[in-house]
Amino acid sequence: MDVRIINPFLAAAIHVLKTMAEIDAKPGKPFLKKDDIAVGDVSAIIGITGEAKGSMALIFDEPCIMEIASNLMGEVFTTMNNEIRDAVGELTNMICGDARRRLAEEGFVLQAGIPTIVGGKSHTISHVADGPRLAVPFETSQGTFMVEVAFGR
Amino acid sequence: MAYKNLTVLVVDDFATMRRIVRKILRDLQFQEIIEAENGLEALKMLKSNKVDLVVSDWNMPEMTGLELLKQVRADDQLKHLPFLMVTAEAQKENIVEAVQARVSNYVVKPFTPATLEEKIAKIIPN
Repeated sequence: MDVRIINPFLAAAIHVLKTMAEIDAKPGKPFLKKDDIAVGDVSAIIGITGEAKGSMALIFDEPCIMEIASNLMGEVFTTMNNEIRDAVGELTNMICGDARRRLAEEGFVLQAGIPTIVGGKSHTISHVADGPRLAVPFETSQGTFMVEVAFGR
Repeated sequence: MAYKNLTVLVVDDFATMRRIVRKILRDLQFQEIIEAENGLEALKMLKSNKVDLVVSDWNMPEMTGLELLKQVRADDQLKHLPFLMVTAEAQKENIVEAVQARVSNYVVKPFTPATLEEKIAKIIPN
């Protein structure tokens, strides 16, 4: 997998959170992930097809997604519920869509499916592709989230 | 800008996006905001409600926003209905496809309230 493929997903995460929720997300150092354990409280994964087959996942800790969902919808959320899970799904849609637009500008055309939302401490994320999983941690003022991208070898 | 006598139908399978759009439309003072979770449900609502504007997502189960748009344009009663597509599908081919299906305007996610307001103003002169 060309590691540069992750850059549009990172740019998209920053852009979507800034535009829709007025949140500044600061990226940390990318790393290769070897297991399926999601380090967070709620996640969503979306399948990607087209010129490459793979998936993108977003994994949020609870304080981070509460802040994002509150800003996104203009009301205060303090507990994990279906509205929060729905927000994680929509964020995944938007970030994946924005990343695909950026990749298409470079001639790399991808399509995406409908996200699946998973929750709970130490839940697992199963990427479609058997290739390496690139993960990038992000920090916001209230917490952390992770962007994971995996494409076939 | 106010749209006091108008009813808008918001179509999206994600409640979050319906909520975001509804809040913006409420600020624009639409008289009534009704919602559907997919194209099929939207089509049924269009048959039983007088709607002045559709704001629809593209990717939805049951019936996509593009299919909904095509059905609306093929219906003698609905064919002139202002139809705004709000979607993450921002690739050129998607926009061309929507334009060919006679979408009134197109908003790419992510968007700000000002962008949505501006696009609505272009298709419904106030």
